[in-house]
Amino acid sequence: MTRTTNISKVTPVVGLEIHVELATQTKMFCRCINQFGDEPNTHVCPVCMAMPGSLPVMNRQAVAFSIKVGLALGCTVPEYTKWDRKNYYYPDLPKNYQISQYDLPLAAHGVFEIPLESGETKAIRVLRAHLEEDAGKNIHDLPGCTGVDLNRAGVPLLEIVSEPDMNSVEEVLGYARSMQRLVRWLGVSEANMQMGHMRFEPNINLHIEAGGQTYKTPIVEVKNLNSFRALERAVAYEISRQTSEWKADPEGFTLAKLGKQNRGYDDNTEKTVFQREKEEAHDYRYFPDPDLPAVVVDEAWRESIAGDIGELPLARRQRYMDAYRLAFQEADALTMDAATGDLLDAAVAVGAEPKRCVNLLLGRAAAIAKERDCTIADLGIAAGQLAELATMLTDSNINATSAETVLVAVIEDGGSPAEIAEVQGLLQVSDTGRLEVWVDEAIAENPDAVAKAREGDKKVLGFLMGQVMKKSRGAANPGEANKLLKQKLGG
Amino acid sequence: MSAASDLTILTAAELAKAIATGEASATAAIEAYLAAIDARDGAIGAYNEVFADRARARATSVDAGEITGPLAGVPIAVKDNMCTTYGRTTCASTYLATFEAPYDCTAVANLEAAGAVVLGKTNMDEFAMGSSTENSSTRMTRNPWDTDRVPGGSSGGSAAAVAAHLCAAALGSDTGGSIRQPAALCGIVGLKPTYGRVSRYGLVAFGSSLDQIGPMTRDVADAALLTRIIAGHDDRDATSLSEDVPDYAADLASGAAGLRIGLPTEFYTDALGGEVRSVIDQAIETYRAAGAETVEVSLPHSRIDIDADGKLSSFAVAAYYIICTAECSSNLARFDGVHYGHRTEEKVEDIIELYSRSRAESLGEEVKRRIMLGNYALSSGYYDAYYNKALKVRRLIANDFAAAFKHCDVILCATTPTPAFRIGEKTDDPLEMYLADIYTNSLNLAGLPGMSLPGGLSSDGLPVGIQLIGPVLGEPTLFRAGRAFEAASGTSRLTSPVIEGQS
Amino acid sequence: MSQPIDENMVRHIGTLSRIELTDDEVRTFAKQLGDVLEYFDKLQQLDTEDVAPMAHAVELTNVLADDAPRNGLSTEQALANAPQHERDFFRVPKVLGEGS
Repeated sequence: MTRTTNISKVTPVVGLEIHVELATQTKMFCRCINQFGDEPNTHVCPVCMAMPGSLPVMNRQAVAFSIKVGLALGCTVPEYTKWDRKNYYYPDLPKNYQISQYDLPLAAHGVFEIPLESGETKAIRVLRAHLEEDAGKNIHDLPGCTGVDLNRAGVPLLEIVSEPDMNSVEEVLGYARSMQRLVRWLGVSEANMQMGHMRFEPNINLHIEAGGQTYKTPIVEVKNLNSFRALERAVAYEISRQTSEWKADPEGFTLAKLGKQNRGYDDNTEKTVFQREKEEAHDYRYFPDPDLPAVVVDEAWRESIAGDIGELPLARRQRYMDAYRLAFQEADALTMDAATGDLLDAAVAVGAEPKRCVNLLLGRAAAIAKERDCTIADLGIAAGQLAELATMLTDSNINATSAETVLVAVIEDGGSPAEIAEVQGLLQVSDTGRLEVWVDEAIAENPDAVAKAREGDKKVLGFLMGQVMKKSRGAANPGEANKLLKQKLGG
Repeated sequence: MSAASDLTILTAAELAKAIATGEASATAAIEAYLAAIDARDGAIGAYNEVFADRARARATSVDAGEITGPLAGVPIAVKDNMCTTYGRTTCASTYLATFEAPYDCTAVANLEAAGAVVLGKTNMDEFAMGSSTENSSTRMTRNPWDTDRVPGGSSGGSAAAVAAHLCAAALGSDTGGSIRQPAALCGIVGLKPTYGRVSRYGLVAFGSSLDQIGPMTRDVADAALLTRIIAGHDDRDATSLSEDVPDYAADLASGAAGLRIGLPTEFYTDALGGEVRSVIDQAIETYRAAGAETVEVSLPHSRIDIDADGKLSSFAVAAYYIICTAECSSNLARFDGVHYGHRTEEKVEDIIELYSRSRAESLGEEVKRRIMLGNYALSSGYYDAYYNKALKVRRLIANDFAAAFKHCDVILCATTPTPAFRIGEKTDDPLEMYLADIYTNSLNLAGLPGMSLPGGLSSDGLPVGIQLIGPVLGEPTLFRAGRAFEAASGTSRLTSPVIEGQS
Repeated sequence: MSQPIDENMVRHIGTLSRIELTDDEVRTFAKQLGDVLEYFDKLQQLDTEDVAPMAHAVELTNVLADDAPRNGLSTEQALANAPQHERDFFRVPKVLGEGS
């Protein structure tokens, strides 16, 4: 029997595990190239194939990258950390155990500030971040069988586990996107979703207040989500599914009665689906890996990595708003990655006006970056070039339109902005002698308009200015030209 | 006796010298050994595979001066759990029966870089699990002293090959006694080096925190020579030690005078009986007579007792078997029929059946038993009671040794509770077989070097080994003490009856 | 600790170990594993309260490799020992879902 329950409040409670593939040159335990998308089984060796007698040797850079993320998340990085084997059978896991970290992760207990749409931030607690190896890939579209490609087997994977501090789909997405920005910012991962560099596993349940009581629904872990869209849909679907399941059975559909469940996600239906589990699925028989010595992270190592981190995205965004007087949107756009802001700061450091630089970066340059699917910094503009062009604007040596043209040329072919402007005749002309020629011509060629203008028609004055600019091919200093035109019309 | 068979009488060092000085050719040496294998290995069964063509080719290169080094032209046998790019690496298992490794084991590569000629791969207990070589899927290996008896194990093929003069020297691997116990039973010298002294890269893992490769030789000088060559840091093995390898031959002739020999009370209990005890007692007297001092030391957590029903009892054995089975349950998980090795030919429903049937068909009983024991010891609910407990007891054992070595330079004790037992004698009782390692397990837990060398013969004419134990990186002292015993006792370079029978 | 290991437990461990067992094997292993486990139980006599577990025989730290590529195997070498392969993939029966 179903009774109607008066829900006064539903609070989704979501925690997120994020797997990030680290952008090391080589795999975690062997020196095979860490590279996506090549022919199957081309980056393999006895170690990552689990041939008998092969042994793992830990990649120093993978450890350093993980510590860097841990420190950036405000985690404690303990002095002593070790490697454990997680035992389970799967064809893309050639050793049939995964080298991971069980009880002593590289980083624990941090806080990650994420931006909310309101412009405020929210602190999400990070439970732990540990380093483990990725599995290979099972290919399912072969005739009548599954194929195993081990190119990805043994690629370093950082698993970052949050506390269940997110309470909406928006917060989950905000956290995931901020994490993507952070790991790119730190230079530890390309975090390219198409290449599987980031995968999500949200834990979702609801706290439902009804009839003066709080009900908790069973916690569902959704496995292996490979895109922000899948993450968004899976969480949204779970919120609605759990709400209706609870409504159908308020006393039965509870955490206390049903505990934790795993569900899969179907990309086609955009729904989560029930997954049958093997009886012994969770008995991973973790134990310390005898092949790998422990890692001691001493003060010196920790400090040297911390020194590499620099300013983080949220802090930089705030600084841009405060010091450069940028709008939120502008500051946000400039802190999507570290290098673009670095370029801006470097141009400002040599004397350019911040606002002029920002306008240049967020104009045609941003559009080209979007077309090329890269960051603004990736366009290859040097700080000196940016500063030179910005200063030309400040000094009225070029107008805004021409500056864009010059910037495009800088992006395409490189070179000095001043020289490009000179060669292309884009330098702004303020010299009265040269301006006078264009103004006189415009007056001579448009007697009717001149007559109207002299009668006080302001609109026609604009038309005549347009003619002057046209004759100068955009090079005339508009202020000076306007002054001169008014003089000549006897205004 | 022909001139060719004379060469098989030489130790590795002597043969290397004869070849280097031109007294003998490498080709003659190889031919002599190939002839010996033809003549005697049918009765012994030491080899799983002999690389006759390759060995001849290398010998030709040695004779042409193209291959040089301290072991140039010396034929060495290698246990079949060390990967080589030539021949197969089977671990005496059906699972790997056709496996051809695309890489070389570092220790074997080091030997060949020193000019040695790998003569073949020797039989063993499957995946090195056993103490008699009866757990081999390939053949029976017999003890050259009495072919009704086992050669010991798991490096039984290497021990028998050395004792029957079917190679100049051999490599074995030792996880809980697998070099020292067969060395003792076959009357040869066997050293398990300090953990990490020799790279494990290319050694098919059994118990990763316990496994070490070591030499099996006719005398202590050869053991020192081979150890020098196979030892050293390897950047492919994260557990290999970076300390420089000393010249182990340097102290060989220093004698026993001034050596402090520790006698652990707990190894000299009622459990040590009969003929082994009298050989050990004799060895103690020999050392004293040679000027060594003996001191009583204590290893409480390695104590060996005999319990009410006559079974040997030791905490170290319990801890050892928990740890080695736990590690092997995970190490051998990779043998699943997917990337290499045996796959069932029966039709299977799914991947789980493919795994379970392939493994069931191709792994032997003892291997299955140990994998299951290990999975039990690690499984949820039992981890703390078994595996973690064993790791703690391991520390207690290691601490005992560290304390004992404050009072002595080397420890002397038995290698095995008895001389070689009869084929089939212990195969029905796994636990009984495990207890054959009771004097050797604790060193592996503590990572210490240990060497077995011939102590004398039993009244049946079977060899009895004595075991010397050193502190971490104490190999130089082991070689010195071992050589001193050889010199004083005259028990070195024993000749097994199988060879005498030929002459 | 010393509860004898029953046949159900042996079957469960067989599943964990991915080893198919015959009924005979289950019976034999139940007895043999029971004997060995009983032997293991003697460790319970020792007080290890404040003892740190020792997972490595020689306890090294920070053995780390430089992140510099080395040559691995060719695809041909990688597949040479494979029981079955489909093009350049290792071939296994159809597998559904992720993880196990």
